[in-house]
Amino acid sequence: MNTKFTEILVGLFVCTGIAALFFIALQVSNFQALQNRASYTITANFENISGLKDNALISMAGVPIGRVSQIQFNAEDYNAIVSMRIDQQYANLPTDTSASIYTAGLLGEKYIGLSAGGMEEFLIEGSVIELTQSSLVLEELISQFLFNSSDK
Amino acid sequence: MNFLQVLGHTTLKSLAKLGRASLFFYSIMTVLPYVFMRPKLLIKQIFSVGVLSFWLIIISGLFVGMVIGLQGVYTLSTYGAEASLGIMVAASLVRELGPVVSALLFAGRAGSALTAEIGLMKTTEQLSGMEMMAIDPIKYIIAPRFLAGFISLPLLALLFSSLGILGGHITGVELLHVDAGSYWTQMQSAIDFYDDIVNGIIKSIIFAWIISWIALFEGYDALPTSAGISRATTRTVVNSAFAILFFDLLLTAIMFGST
Amino acid sequence: MISIRNLTFSRGERKIFDNISLDIMPHKITAIMGPSGAGKTTLLKLIGGQLSPDSGVIMVDGKNIHQLSRPQLYTLRKKMGMLFQSGALLSDMSVFDNIAFPIREHTQLPESLIRTVVLLKLNAVGLRGARDLMPSELSGGMARRVAMARAIALDPEMIMYDEPFTGQDPISLGVLVSLIATLNKTLHLTSIIVSHDVQETASIADYIYVLSHGKIAGQGTPKELADSDSEWVQQFMHGKADGPVPFHYPSDSLTADLFTY
Repeated sequence: MNTKFTEILVGLFVCTGIAALFFIALQVSNFQALQNRASYTITANFENISGLKDNALISMAGVPIGRVSQIQFNAEDYNAIVSMRIDQQYANLPTDTSASIYTAGLLGEKYIGLSAGGMEEFLIEGSVIELTQSSLVLEELISQFLFNSSDK
Repeated sequence: MNFLQVLGHTTLKSLAKLGRASLFFYSIMTVLPYVFMRPKLLIKQIFSVGVLSFWLIIISGLFVGMVIGLQGVYTLSTYGAEASLGIMVAASLVRELGPVVSALLFAGRAGSALTAEIGLMKTTEQLSGMEMMAIDPIKYIIAPRFLAGFISLPLLALLFSSLGILGGHITGVELLHVDAGSYWTQMQSAIDFYDDIVNGIIKSIIFAWIISWIALFEGYDALPTSAGISRATTRTVVNSAFAILFFDLLLTAIMFGST
Repeated sequence: MISIRNLTFSRGERKIFDNISLDIMPHKITAIMGPSGAGKTTLLKLIGGQLSPDSGVIMVDGKNIHQLSRPQLYTLRKKMGMLFQSGALLSDMSVFDNIAFPIREHTQLPESLIRTVVLLKLNAVGLRGARDLMPSELSGGMARRVAMARAIALDPEMIMYDEPFTGQDPISLGVLVSLIATLNKTLHLTSIIVSHDVQETASIADYIYVLSHGKIAGQGTPKELADSDSEWVQQFMHGKADGPVPFHYPSDSLTADLFTY
């Protein structure tokens, strides 16, 4: 076979392979969301995050505005510290914004929902969200329900 | 007594073969830099292991994706979760089927051809001939083929996965009317670039290493007769398949086991 | 040029060479003859350093070939040409590229000069016109001539022929015999021919060693061997059907075999 022809076909082959990589990266995965778009990081302490994972969505009024970047355990007050990376374009979150952990659907992934407060000042890099509501733990709910109903 | 002897004999023989295979691998590694200085040799081999497997991989990927699309819709509709079809198709392809099935096809298509080619070169004294011309056949014949497998298989696996995802789109969205928007957005939110895609690529690189090593060694170690070559070719396909599936289990446990 | 001392080599249980010593004179044609399975090809591989002996020394060009490092061995091999029985041409290259291959690998010559060298080598074996053919398009005799051209491509000092005459028709046989003799004379080569074709080999060899059962059964010039008083050498050189090497594979007598059943 002609060498030049072989080389062209190999070149085409490598190109289609790389095109496939781009297709998978951009169309199939969350690669775009991972790219280092300008963002700032805030943290929040939760009593219980059961089931929240790295890269979980952070949404406000149902719109994704960032992702969980890190989850740590705080040995001093036995809480979980969740770091959240928020896109720079949403830099105007009031300082009294509250954070809650929700579940998408009955069996879905956990995500953090933020609801804005009314303060004039905004959260900046390193700010801590004071108002948090933990993840609902099904067992606790059930036991609460049982005890409450037995009180009556 | 007889049984013990058979067991001992088999063990010793396998160990000796493993030793030869390791030495063979070591000598490939020592001459690998030379291949980069001779891109023409490499291109020729990428052509014969990669380009010639192209259509097989493309068509298989498309069909596998279409089947997952169909099966997925039937299964997921039981739970009213057809919207998650995209996740099912993409996750199974990118994490498992893409690397594994393309590696199995590659072992059958390119691996067996490599073994037969090297075995035949040995039988026709081409390898000895090169050695007598003071040209190292490992350098000139083996190493370029090894590297070509390394480059080709990950690309083929990516092509397989891409075509599979399009195949799932054809059956799921076009044929069975799953919502196109949820097919793609659910997929995008569930598939992680590093955890899923990069891990899938790492898998296929490791499979490429296994197949190329087995195929080239079996050819190089084959008895120089026609029966010897045919046995070596069979061993390449069988052993590669076992090794791929075993390493897939191992890698999956390491990569996805912790979460 | 080559001296072999006390060489012993076995494959599994079978002793292929049992303590043999022989010398190969420079600029002469030395033939190593013996029946099939006498280990003639093995001897060439030992000389080329592709196999290692169990004991004994093989000196090539004053160097013990089995104590050389790999680069030294490869340097020495550039001085040796070897012609394999099958030709061992690389099947994915044309005739021209096959001969250019060792030159391209071992020298930095410009392509125009390589072309000249290759065409001269091909001319020496009479196949300049076949340069664009692929090895699969060559007849057995032509393939061997191309392989000869390749063996002399790097202008070696010695050349080893492995069964050059086997399975050739009379015409290509004649061509090969005269080629080996001419090349040896014109290029001042040291030639070693391994063969069991008595007639052809004896016609051009200066000295012959006859191997049998791992030993040297006879040696001398072709004429000396033809008149040898060893019965075995007589049988081999003249191709008699019966003699010290019996026609029958060892067995009981025919009558015993037929009537004991």
